[in-house]
Amino acid sequence: MKRRTFLQGTLTASAAGLAAGAGLLTPGAVMADGHGGGDMAAAFKLDNYAAAMEAIGAKDAAESGDIKIKAPEIAENGAVVPVTISTEMEGVTQIAMVVTENPTPLAAVFNMTEGAQAMASTRLKMGKTSDMVAVVTAGDKSFMAKQEIKVTIGGCGG
Amino acid sequence: MAIKLKAKEKKGVLQIKALMNHPMETGQRKDSKGEKIPAHYISDVVIQVNDKDVITANWGASISKNPYLSVEVAGKKGDKVKLSWTDNKGESDSAEAEAG
Repeated sequence: MKRRTFLQGTLTASAAGLAAGAGLLTPGAVMADGHGGGDMAAAFKLDNYAAAMEAIGAKDAAESGDIKIKAPEIAENGAVVPVTISTEMEGVTQIAMVVTENPTPLAAVFNMTEGAQAMASTRLKMGKTSDMVAVVTAGDKSFMAKQEIKVTIGGCGG
Repeated sequence: MAIKLKAKEKKGVLQIKALMNHPMETGQRKDSKGEKIPAHYISDVVIQVNDKDVITANWGASISKNPYLSVEVAGKKGDKVKLSWTDNKGESDSAEAEAG
């Protein structure tokens, strides 16, 4: 009888494990969507850095010195932080900007076709001091570089 | 809603700069009554040169209000550059400029 209870316990536990596993798979599903050039919307709603990186296929991105990030070291106003990403790499198909500490870290994904230079510049909101991670995809491989930006006044609150 | 779009040719590369009017609400801010202001942001941007997509961008709410964008694509003077955006509420706008 005791053994039976134990077994039932294990079954319940493994079912919970499966459910959790299914939950963890969500970013992967997003990635499948996004890389087809389809709906990326869900990736921008992810609330943590690791999931955001996975969603853009950059979970295993290698750090690269060939990615240039032009951004201020100190941003007085977190509502408007100018960021420029560029690289001399060949065959760049994607440039992404991820702000690790933002409520939704994925900020922008630029998809480049032939003819587009490997450069993208925009202005980002930053809630607080955070790393700005630049992800460059070239030849089906992802590379990353990061720079810390200190924020004096956050740009996400009300 | 309006877009300012400029394209300037330099050594066979078009320097495209754009400013879009958009509130870019994150969905995190609260109004004076303490109620959350719903997220409202540009989610998709398409840049075309001579009717061909060269850069498409997916954005989230972390892009600043009244977004600025600068990109570079191969091209020549007289090329027709078009920028279009769509936001998370399905609103959209576009602008065209001739590369100078």
